[in-house]
Amino acid sequence: MSAISVTDLRKSYGEHEVLRGIDFEIAEGEVFGLLGPNGAGKTSTVEILEGYRTRDGGEVRVLGRDPADGGTELRERIGVVLQQSQLWPNLTVLETHRMFAGYYRRPRDVDEVIDLVGLTDKRDARAKTLSGGQKRRLDLGIALVGDPDLVFLDEPTTGFDPGARRAAWEMIRSLRSLGKTVLLTTHYLDEAEQLADRVAVLREGRIVREGTPGELTGGELSEVEIRYRRDGEDIAVRTADPTRTLHELTGEALAEGRALDRLEVRRPTLEEVYLSLTEDE
Amino acid sequence: MRLYWHQLASEQRLFWRAREAAFFVFIFPVLLFLLLASVYTGTIYGVPAPRALLAGLIGYGAANTAFAGLAITLVIRRESAVLKRLRSTPLPAPVFVAALLTSTLIVFAAQTVALFGLGIAFFHCPFPGRVVSLILAVLVGTIVFAALGVATASLIRSAEGSSAVVNVVLLPMAFITGSFGPTRHYPKFIRAVGDVLPLKYFIKLVNAVYLQNRELWTQPRALAVLAVWGAIGVAVAARRFRWEPREG
Repeated sequence: MSAISVTDLRKSYGEHEVLRGIDFEIAEGEVFGLLGPNGAGKTSTVEILEGYRTRDGGEVRVLGRDPADGGTELRERIGVVLQQSQLWPNLTVLETHRMFAGYYRRPRDVDEVIDLVGLTDKRDARAKTLSGGQKRRLDLGIALVGDPDLVFLDEPTTGFDPGARRAAWEMIRSLRSLGKTVLLTTHYLDEAEQLADRVAVLREGRIVREGTPGELTGGELSEVEIRYRRDGEDIAVRTADPTRTLHELTGEALAEGRALDRLEVRRPTLEEVYLSLTEDE
Repeated sequence: MRLYWHQLASEQRLFWRAREAAFFVFIFPVLLFLLLASVYTGTIYGVPAPRALLAGLIGYGAANTAFAGLAITLVIRRESAVLKRLRSTPLPAPVFVAALLTSTLIVFAAQTVALFGLGIAFFHCPFPGRVVSLILAVLVGTIVFAALGVATASLIRSAEGSSAVVNVVLLPMAFITGSFGPTRHYPKFIRAVGDVLPLKYFIKLVNAVYLQNRELWTQPRALAVLAVWGAIGVAVAARRFRWEPREG
């Protein structure tokens, strides 16, 4: 059974249509990345799935329930990391975890969770003394303390320095080894590429592409680029059939007794695919 | 029920842990009482001044704790998305609200006990004669001012402005309704404003119970006005209360 299934999901705020009919499925145990620029509808989608917003149309199932009336039963089984939230500045890491653990029928062991998010050293430190990255780990810890089957991470590393991002990625990878299903939104491509089993690219309320990071960079849209230099001029050729094109190019050059200066063959990065999908033509 | 006790314990920890806020809400009315009771001599309402001030500051304490304290706490929690975060947990909203109200009641009750303790120890105030009525009055005050506090929190837009807005309402209200001394020499129109404010009727209740040794239920008019204010607070809160930050 799918952990999440979304069919023709629609949402408007007044006249403004933020979701124009999106569909996707997330299998149990999968890490799914929702990728897109700001305003594409990522947070609206996630907040409908979390039960914060009502939808205007379409079908949504989260762990077999409709999040609009999932109630306590559903909230026992999900963990949420909001895009931005401050916790209690005067409670310690341990106290904050205990407070949230108390809301669930079957919480995980609090010390185990603190260890998992790497805050054991800061166990008795008050939240207000933590660094930005540590606060985010506290957010993740209290999202895991109820031992959820499904975890929502809304832009979990926005504003992180590179070191903190890498540490956060390690943690998100460890969620997979715990068997959790993860829905991750991000506008960082490398993050989606590093973490997600599958990615959907959202643009102006529609999913414009969906697949594994490999499929997105290897699909028919993503031609290979061949660059070289001729008569002091940089030339770039895009081709869907690199073997033939390269053969022609090199054959021609050999016949004319020229060298292909600075010859380079490269696959587009996910970034380039993403930009081609999310920018106006 | 287990969730209720868990949340109540959490709320109490949160309140006392936030030192500055706890000082302002809990200690400040007590200090004001000590100050005013030391400088006022003679009689007010025909009783020794400290006794009347004790009743007035119980009124101020109710408005300060349940109205101002609760409103500021809720706005800060809403704007920092803590309320939103709590909504995604299995903690039911009614349990959260009940625990928050009980926690407020505990703080105000402790404050009332402290005021009486100091009044009796240092200012020859008598032990209250109508204890049951006094407990009921504390309950009524907490409920009415908490309803108004939640309603006010729903109308305030930003955490930065919450403390200013609340105090602009609270302090003048306390002055013109007689928390810090009698109002009969105030200009007529100021008294007219005071005559419609809930704090005036709450102080009236406390005065009746403590200074005139009457039972609470001998004051139906004051109770009725408070009930109307409480109902207004509940109605506004029910319509306008939000769990999520205004921005984002």
